[in-house]
Amino acid sequence: MKKTILSTALLALLASPVLAQDVVRMGTEGAYPPYNFIDDNGQVAGFERDLGDELCKRAALTCEWVTNDWDSIIPNLVSGNYDTIMAGMSITDERKEVIDFTQDYYPPTESIYIAPEDGVDLKTGVIAAQTGTIQAGYVAETGATLLEFATGDETIAAVKNGEADAVFADKDFLLPYTEDGSLKVVGDPVALGGGIGMGLRKSDTALKDKFDAAITAMKEDGSLNTLLVKYFGKDVTQY
Amino acid sequence: MFSYCADPASLDRLHWFACYLTTAKQMMFYQSFLVVIVLMLITAPIALAAGLAGALAGRSHVLPLRWIGWAYANIVRGVPDIAFFLFVPIALDQGIEYLRLKVKCPDWTEPVRQGNDFVVCAAAKMPLNSAPQYVHELYGIALAIAAYTFVFGAFGANVLSGAMRAVPHAQLETAEAYGMTRGQITRRILLPQMWVYALPGLSNLWMILIKATPLLFLLGVEDVVYWARELGGSKTSAYTYAHPDWRLWYFLVLLVFYLLLTRVSEIAFARLSRRLSRGQATAAGMKEARA
Repeated sequence: MKKTILSTALLALLASPVLAQDVVRMGTEGAYPPYNFIDDNGQVAGFERDLGDELCKRAALTCEWVTNDWDSIIPNLVSGNYDTIMAGMSITDERKEVIDFTQDYYPPTESIYIAPEDGVDLKTGVIAAQTGTIQAGYVAETGATLLEFATGDETIAAVKNGEADAVFADKDFLLPYTEDGSLKVVGDPVALGGGIGMGLRKSDTALKDKFDAAITAMKEDGSLNTLLVKYFGKDVTQY
Repeated sequence: MFSYCADPASLDRLHWFACYLTTAKQMMFYQSFLVVIVLMLITAPIALAAGLAGALAGRSHVLPLRWIGWAYANIVRGVPDIAFFLFVPIALDQGIEYLRLKVKCPDWTEPVRQGNDFVVCAAAKMPLNSAPQYVHELYGIALAIAAYTFVFGAFGANVLSGAMRAVPHAQLETAEAYGMTRGQITRRILLPQMWVYALPGLSNLWMILIKATPLLFLLGVEDVVYWARELGGSKTSAYTYAHPDWRLWYFLVLLVFYLLLTRVSEIAFARLSRRLSRGQATAAGMKEARA
């Protein structure tokens, strides 16, 4: 009797109906405005949402957005919880060992420091950066004391309450925080990484080709530039 | 939510807050409180059943069963919870997908592990890629419940087997003298009497379970901690409702929520304990009888 129940349960688990259309699940962090964030309706929004939806349309794919912690965003991609990463992730050799990237859809970025006031010693001070980012790697090399946080927002909080002397991150993420005047840009911008691309599983070559083709098309007809200007202002580097 | 919320920038403080606190995103925060409570209410009985099974297996006359009961209670208790919370959902998920692969795509020839990737055919995905998002979320919560059950079941098994040993042995011997079988003794004498001894340990476990729910966040379930952090973080002009770092206030709400939850549980357990002590040969039971 017990065996029957168990095998029925197992069958039910194994036999859910297969639907015809396949869906591409787009993974993002949802905490890195204006690249990606969760808007007041609880939906994923931002540059990457707009771009991703357009790419899916051009590649004739049905896409669904899901959010995942930055820390575990690559492990959950390779174990198949979602199929792509669009989370402001720079293309680096280290990441390329684990996952594949499409061509960049955002040119190689400049990273900047922001701090409450000028005169921060960026070589020896305490610099906050988000864990597992190229900026964190860079700070560790400069000899400054690196203070890591799980989200970009926490790095801002750290510099505001004096825990850190400055934050180091992507320019377009940091600039909005300087708007109210409490924080300002210090030091020189640093060029890091090979641009931002969409991350995919290494085994997913067909999907990668589709998105690569769509990005190329958007670069050629100028629609990618339009999106870049819409989200990052007219000073942004364009294709 | 309200009609005047169309342009938040023009609102005075009171109306701004009325709008802010009723956005769809805030509603998700409020919902996540229910998720936490429902999760505990589902987990507790299942974990208790797993614990009972473990404790009974540990007392079994069949040697392999006894080993299983002993190993479960001792190995799981000896490993940090967080290791199991990370291990169980991934192992379960990949195990289920592997089984489904064998059934759904029998002619699949590629290896399941390709470098770092875990690859199964599209039909074997659990849940399917085409399933709506809420199915994925429910599946995540189900995996979380499995992980909680696995860990708390082991602690439960330990508490229950201790409680079983605390039932006066003379009673069990008397039952045997009356000619009851082992099964009858367990059902009629042992189980009804052990609860009062198990209760303090179980109430402890319940409190720990309540406090362990923020681990949900680690499993990717968007729980109260996730939303408190997300909503509380400072918001730039990219958002409709810009505000500075409000995490302090959001976490304060969580603090009050968890305190209320534990207080209510304490009261419930005190009542249950009084109820179970009735007619028992314990100090509390005697006091109840005199009153």
